[in-house]
Amino acid sequence: MIINHPLLGPRDASEFVHMGDASLMHRPDPKSETAADDFYRYQYLRDNPAGLYAELWFHEQGDRSWLVVTRNTLTHEIIDVQLARHIARQKS
Amino acid sequence: MKYSGFKVIKEALTGHKGWKPVWRKPEPKPAYDIVIIGGGGHGLATAHYLAKKYKQKNIAVLEKGWIGGGNVGRNTTIVRSNYGLHGNEGFYELSMQLWERLEQDLNYNAMVSQRGVLNLIHSDPQRDAFVRRANTMIMNGADAVLLDAKGVREHSPLLNFDNGRFPITGGLLQPRGGTVRHDAVAWGYARSADSAGVDIIENCEATGFDIQAGTVMGVQTSRGPIKAGKVAVAVAGNSSRVMAMAGRRLPIESHVLQAFVSEGLKPLLPGVITFGAGHFYVSQSDKGGLVFGGDIDGYNSYAQRGNLPVVEDVCEGGMAIMPMIGKARMLRMWGGIMDMSMDGSPIIDRTDISGLYFNGGWCYGGFKATPASGLAFAHLLATDTPHDTATAFTLDRFERGLMIDEKGQGAQPNLH
Ligand SMILES: Cc1cc2nc3c(=O)[nH]c(=O)nc-3n(C[C@H](O)[C@H](O)[C@H](O)COP(=O)(O)OP(=O)(O)OC[C@H]3O[C@@H](n4cnc5c(N)ncnc54)[C@H](O)[C@@H]3O)c2cc1C
Repeated sequence: MIINHPLLGPRDASEFVHMGDASLMHRPDPKSETAADDFYRYQYLRDNPAGLYAELWFHEQGDRSWLVVTRNTLTHEIIDVQLARHIARQKS
Repeated sequence: MKYSGFKVIKEALTGHKGWKPVWRKPEPKPAYDIVIIGGGGHGLATAHYLAKKYKQKNIAVLEKGWIGGGNVGRNTTIVRSNYGLHGNEGFYELSMQLWERLEQDLNYNAMVSQRGVLNLIHSDPQRDAFVRRANTMIMNGADAVLLDAKGVREHSPLLNFDNGRFPITGGLLQPRGGTVRHDAVAWGYARSADSAGVDIIENCEATGFDIQAGTVMGVQTSRGPIKAGKVAVAVAGNSSRVMAMAGRRLPIESHVLQAFVSEGLKPLLPGVITFGAGHFYVSQSDKGGLVFGGDIDGYNSYAQRGNLPVVEDVCEGGMAIMPMIGKARMLRMWGGIMDMSMDGSPIIDRTDISGLYFNGGWCYGGFKATPASGLAFAHLLATDTPHDTATAFTLDRFERGLMIDEKGQGAQPNLH
């Protein structure tokens, strides 16, 4: 797989480490009343879809940025790549 | 039809005209007492034990493809009971004992071959960890032998003992471990279950559940709706997809694992050899091919095929520990979809939906578990209590902090 890094251009996926579901970026509020349950769901449960999946990849052997890669888990085709920090900033 | 030496001779003399298909091709009935979704090793073994040991009647196994097309026919056939944690080891040792009796129980040749499984040691900390593991194995009734470098040299002289990064300083040997012909296991259980009246329905995909007031009443399938008293899900890599149809999310990710087979060679490997430090393991099939593999690719996948970086990694591991492998030509490679759980251990449990039972999270090691998984799942379905050896495999253990994490990796499925 080739990941089209927003800053560095096309890079081989073997330069990256796969961290899992992009929802891991959105940590629950530890002060919430339901924090214990929220953290259980956040940490352990996954959607695990067959089809489009937004996931975190870390460019460990490159510029060490975190990317959100949208990929089809049935074909390995990569549809979209963005810097995770852009997405996080947009959200906050 | 019973298989025997006499039958083989008789058929040889009469032109092999008396062999028959070993299971029927029934049409689905409108209702069953128990419907098992997934005709892999685990689903079929569950059906076998439900019908034969727990005397349950009116059972169907629904398989979306054909028998043997899933992981049960894609794995590298290694069986062993060399786990390091108590919640696991007793269960895998039961499985090992069931393998030892399997062919007599099923009257089917599954080529169970206890040729030994050797895990290589390269450092003192690794030796300490293996000594601890060996003690857990022995405490749970399994066999374990610690070899020094000389012992490994006698066992497998062809290995590379002078690797600078990973010198071989010893090994943990389980002599009773070995290999079993994987698709014969599926066929043997299918034949046994069928002969006890279980309907094995191929080309029948479960497409939805009929759940009313928290109780499962039946399943929708590609061949029409089927009512069911109980529904048992055993779909390995497709666990999340099937349970999503019941509105449930699982502590599971699906990942691809690849395997490779070389051309046939004269006998050269005494048993299974694992080079965990180098992400490589290998055995030799009875046809002579070297059967080998390594780590999962490491990203979610339902594609049943992997990518080249792992092919390179596995081959590098092979060259490092067993340089002769570079002379062998690779014949075939393929991938299968693993149900990787959050602690690397399986789940055999009820769900919060009454009548719906779940078996999954087998990661890359569920083949060896097939007999015990079938027995434990059948026990749960028939008695509504967990089997003695499977009490730790609960679905809520992640919520309760009771993980069984052999590698201590935490909730990172691609590292288990
Ligand atoms: C390359 C590779 C090497 C491996 N090596 C080993 C090894 O050496 N030792 C070991 O112990 N384990 C090994 N494993 C793991 C082992 O193969 C699996 O853990 C085990 O086979 C999973 O259980 P199963 O046999 O029931 O799965 P499967 O055979 O995959 O059965 C699940 C079945 O469910 C069916 N299904 C899915 N969805 C539906 C639906 N909606 N409706 C109806 N049917 C459905 C599928 O078609 C499939 O046939 C390996 C796996 C792979 C891929």
